[in-house]
Amino acid sequence: MSNKPLTPTHFVAPLEETPLVAIDAVNVGERKSNLWIDAWRDMRRRPMFWVSAVIILLVIVVALFPGLFTPVAPNSDCQLSNSNGGPTGEHILGFTKQGCDVFSRIVHGTSTSLSVGIIVTILTTVLGILFGAFAGFYGGWLDAVLSRAGDIFFSIPYILAAVVIMSVFSAYRNVFVISLAIGIFAWPSTARVLRAEILRVKQSDYVMAAQAVGVSNFKILMRHVLPNSIAPVIVVTTISLGAAIVAEATLSFLGVGLPNSTMSWGNDISAAQVDLRNAPQTLIYPSLALSITVLAFIMMGEVVRDALDPKARAQR
Amino acid sequence: MAGYILRRLLQAIPVLLGTTFLIYFMVFAMPGDPLLALFGDKTPNPALLERLRQEYNLDQPFIVQYFLYLGGIFRGDFGTSFSGEAVSDILARTFPVTIRLAILALIIEFVGGVLIGLYSGLRKGKLFDGTALIVSLVFISLPIFVIAFVGQYVFGIQLGWARTTVSSGAPIQDLILPAFVLASISLAQLIRLTRASVIETAGLDFVRTAYGKGLSRRRIIPVHILRNSLIPVVTYAATDFGVLLVGATVTEGIFNVPGVGRTLYQAIIRGEGPTVVSFVTVMVLIYLVVNLVVDLLYGLLDPRIRYVK
Amino acid sequence: MSDPTPRPAGTTPLLEIKNLEVGFQSTNGIVPAVRGVDLTLMPGQTLAIVGESGSGKSTTAHAIINLLPGAGRITGGTIMFDGKELSSYSEKQMEDIRGREIGFVPQDPMSNLNPVWSVGFQVEETIRANGIASGRKEVRAHAIQVLKEAGLSDADKRLKQFPHQFSGGMRQRVLIGIGLSSRPKLLIADEPTSALDVTVQRRILDHLETLTRDIGTAVLFITHDLGLAAERAEQLVVMYKGRIVEAGPSKEILQNPVHPYTQRLVAAAPSLASRRIQSATAESATHALGDLEYAPTKVTEGLDLIAAAEERVEHRPAAKRPDAIVVKDLTKVYKIRGQGKGSSGELIAADKVSFSVEKGTTTALVGESGSGKSTVAKMILRLENPTSGSILIDGTDVAPLKGKELLGLRRRMQPVFQDPYGSLDPLRNIGNTIAEPLQVHNVGDRTARRDRVLELLDQVSLPQSLITRYPNELSGGQRQRVAIARALALKPDIVVLDEAVSALDVLVQAQILQLLAELQNELELTYLFITHDLAVVRVIADNVCVMQQGRIVEAASTDAVFDNPKEQYTRELLNAIPGAGITLGV
Repeated sequence: MSNKPLTPTHFVAPLEETPLVAIDAVNVGERKSNLWIDAWRDMRRRPMFWVSAVIILLVIVVALFPGLFTPVAPNSDCQLSNSNGGPTGEHILGFTKQGCDVFSRIVHGTSTSLSVGIIVTILTTVLGILFGAFAGFYGGWLDAVLSRAGDIFFSIPYILAAVVIMSVFSAYRNVFVISLAIGIFAWPSTARVLRAEILRVKQSDYVMAAQAVGVSNFKILMRHVLPNSIAPVIVVTTISLGAAIVAEATLSFLGVGLPNSTMSWGNDISAAQVDLRNAPQTLIYPSLALSITVLAFIMMGEVVRDALDPKARAQR
Repeated sequence: MAGYILRRLLQAIPVLLGTTFLIYFMVFAMPGDPLLALFGDKTPNPALLERLRQEYNLDQPFIVQYFLYLGGIFRGDFGTSFSGEAVSDILARTFPVTIRLAILALIIEFVGGVLIGLYSGLRKGKLFDGTALIVSLVFISLPIFVIAFVGQYVFGIQLGWARTTVSSGAPIQDLILPAFVLASISLAQLIRLTRASVIETAGLDFVRTAYGKGLSRRRIIPVHILRNSLIPVVTYAATDFGVLLVGATVTEGIFNVPGVGRTLYQAIIRGEGPTVVSFVTVMVLIYLVVNLVVDLLYGLLDPRIRYVK
Repeated sequence: MSDPTPRPAGTTPLLEIKNLEVGFQSTNGIVPAVRGVDLTLMPGQTLAIVGESGSGKSTTAHAIINLLPGAGRITGGTIMFDGKELSSYSEKQMEDIRGREIGFVPQDPMSNLNPVWSVGFQVEETIRANGIASGRKEVRAHAIQVLKEAGLSDADKRLKQFPHQFSGGMRQRVLIGIGLSSRPKLLIADEPTSALDVTVQRRILDHLETLTRDIGTAVLFITHDLGLAAERAEQLVVMYKGRIVEAGPSKEILQNPVHPYTQRLVAAAPSLASRRIQSATAESATHALGDLEYAPTKVTEGLDLIAAAEERVEHRPAAKRPDAIVVKDLTKVYKIRGQGKGSSGELIAADKVSFSVEKGTTTALVGESGSGKSTVAKMILRLENPTSGSILIDGTDVAPLKGKELLGLRRRMQPVFQDPYGSLDPLRNIGNTIAEPLQVHNVGDRTARRDRVLELLDQVSLPQSLITRYPNELSGGQRQRVAIARALALKPDIVVLDEAVSALDVLVQAQILQLLAELQNELELTYLFITHDLAVVRVIADNVCVMQQGRIVEAASTDAVFDNPKEQYTRELLNAIPGAGITLGV
């Protein structure tokens, strides 16, 4: 003990053991850090991000340029003599009942699924942000009206609603109509997520500080509140892209989706169900394509959620 | 509590009016002949058309039509099907089967989801947890009809453990496979949700204090961790009931279960528009009632809701 | 290392910690949190561990009964309790120690009772788990007794209620009751009252003291407040960065701090500073702040609250100056929707509040939670509209102001809010945050605004390089500096500080208070200082308005209020400042 105790019981640690450091010294790292920068840093370290990103990229390329992946035409090259045939050298996944190349049909059906996913997502996001942002930020009667409207739309499961709409518009079954039918009832979940987040962010002191400076309400919403509330919406959006693809396939499977002339994974699965026993490949492969695509979007959503939400990160 | 129940019931009324109006509006306020549109490319016989026209009061102004239709719903009159049988009679016949299937599925979903999720959450980062996370993610991505077909193919055709279609009378043993299929997606979601909720609750202050009080882990896990984790799980299960309804439609169709879902499924497949509308309305009403019940249950689960406001 | 805490001859210690090391497992290996702590506690004695957040004080306490969070591990040392070696105990063995032999009172009463179970349930399960009583009736009777002892009236009715129906103080009483229910030999109290209002805090600690004295329980008291520690414990242990820097009898340490870190704490603790100022002014009836015999040393530079107070007094303008703010009969009534059966009520948040603030001075609005002080601040800032009454800023009534004129008012008056983690937009960099007021008011062009931002960063002593950085790279104190810079951007005359230093650690708090004092002198600012902490008021304010339930109950100069409080409530608040019974080395 270097220090001599002042009284027998008064202990003082030697200064060299606990040197004083400057109080509240600024100690910032090399790299900048905010929610988005940190999230990106976190994401790119995770294999799940890269796996889903590669699949999503591949799906997009296949949808845009199906000709690059198969020389076989999905419809015109069909020969009934090949009906439900097994794989051959050129036709690696075999043939459908109509004698069409399964692989080619999967490749050419990609753009349908992806288009529906993207259109529905745009629709639900735009509607969700409009309803959620105004309801959450302005509150009062506007919130009451918008939220009740959301409740009503939310109370009809969107696939059931789409079934009804598609039954009514049976004469106009195309990618846009089916996307509209799904999206028009799917937006309330986005709106609810955003509204809850906005209610939380709105309480922040920086919002009050901006008011005290004289920033207008609308600018506060656009500049401070919305950017800080958007993270959970992005998660929901990514996942809902996958859900919309499933919804289209389900509707096509039920026969109220796209007409048989449109190439779609759901239609192919629906057509193949009668031959489950003797030609399972005609059902399995399009199902696989559908599931992997959806899985990629849902995995991406999970990765983004983990990266954006510190609470979720702690749960890993 | 009584005030809470009353308020919830009152809040349900505008939603009930809104949803039925919305469905009715989608079908009957469109330009052109709604009946012809509902039949799509088929041409129904004129006698049937005439009957439906009367049934739906299509000669009346739209708003009157709606209120007559709404009145019908309150009297339990959901119209008639193509075969001329009253929808309410079909419901009486098919509902018990669907209830049986749904209860089986809900049991599988809750018992499996909560137990696996709890175990996973308590062993965060271990092998079991990692496996449960990945498997559940795959199941969430699979459309229900894919799961149904794979189930049918593997357990029905390859292994021969279950019948691919349900025999008449729908005995319980035939419903087990369809129930598992129906439960699978929500099961996967419940596992993930319970896990997240358990991890969050286990880190809360009152759990540490419970240890500090001298309680054993065996008491803390069910009484303090699981009990509190169930609140978000139940909320989720209620909104997820819509997925279960759609799932039931597809599953009953594929496994040929003689329930409400299959009736809707067949009406959709055959393009019998008016029947589709009736059954969708029925399902939406079921969904509303279930959500209302869960909301009330929520009051029991969380005393903060019960007493404040 | 020799034993830092005393051991009277002839008795065995109840708790003896030797060379305790605790670490937290992280991805980069084990991060040490407690590094070689020695501690001895005799039966029936009270010992306080004092330190700032991150000092390892709570971790030390939690390690004793192994309440460390998942990643925490005891990595070395021994913990002897009543002849038992606790650090080698299994989880099962530890269950018998916890609650039964060592009671635990946690920090935040709001989050430490399970919201879904009734209070009675949570008391009864403790009684059962620790074998205090068995059988339905007996357990219930015992639970009622526990709550009665904890000072809850009509305890038998309260058993059925849920935690959210209790106030914070009542919940803390329940937690104390639970902690003492099995008459433990040792009670670990982890900041038991820091989340409560000061008067409630005092009553509860008094009660705790009586109870533990009667039962003969030794107390290990964890706190960040040096004054509180010294008042409540015979023995004091000061922790800094996981180590004990100084330990000994409380009085001795307070009067004669030797370690520079302890010296800093003593200089920066508002409660001690206010006591010291008080005793100085009391001794020499004349105004004699400057005569204080306290010699600031190098280590306490920039932290010494007395120096800050002196500086303020020195610069106090001699002549009376015009009022910057005049508030008259300000009233705010909130309509609250029916609690219960359709009844709708009114909440009077501010009730005919009148006061004025002289230019270039500081007026503090003091009150406990719910007193309406923040509501008044928000009305003055025009963030809320008053129900009635008037606010004059530099002689202009602000109520009718709109558009351009309102912008002009905002330019003259700026706020700094409490929560350092919520006061800055996390997605905007520091430069943009400080520049926002300039942008909104169209001050200068881009380069001029940038220059002004750099100048402001200098003024609040932050490096200019922060301009492109984001808030989450900064500490709480640094964020408050940024918030102050933003408030000063438009060169306002008036700054409204709404609990601006309340959430900060004591040393950082002292630094910010010093900064505020300097800025006031330099820029001739008028401060309206909203706080719950009277001790801080003593140091920073010229005048005080004490608020209670929406009304101002007493308003006078700080000296007058402290020397000669007229109202019972003010006296209560003053008495609640920790450190009343301590004679300081002044």
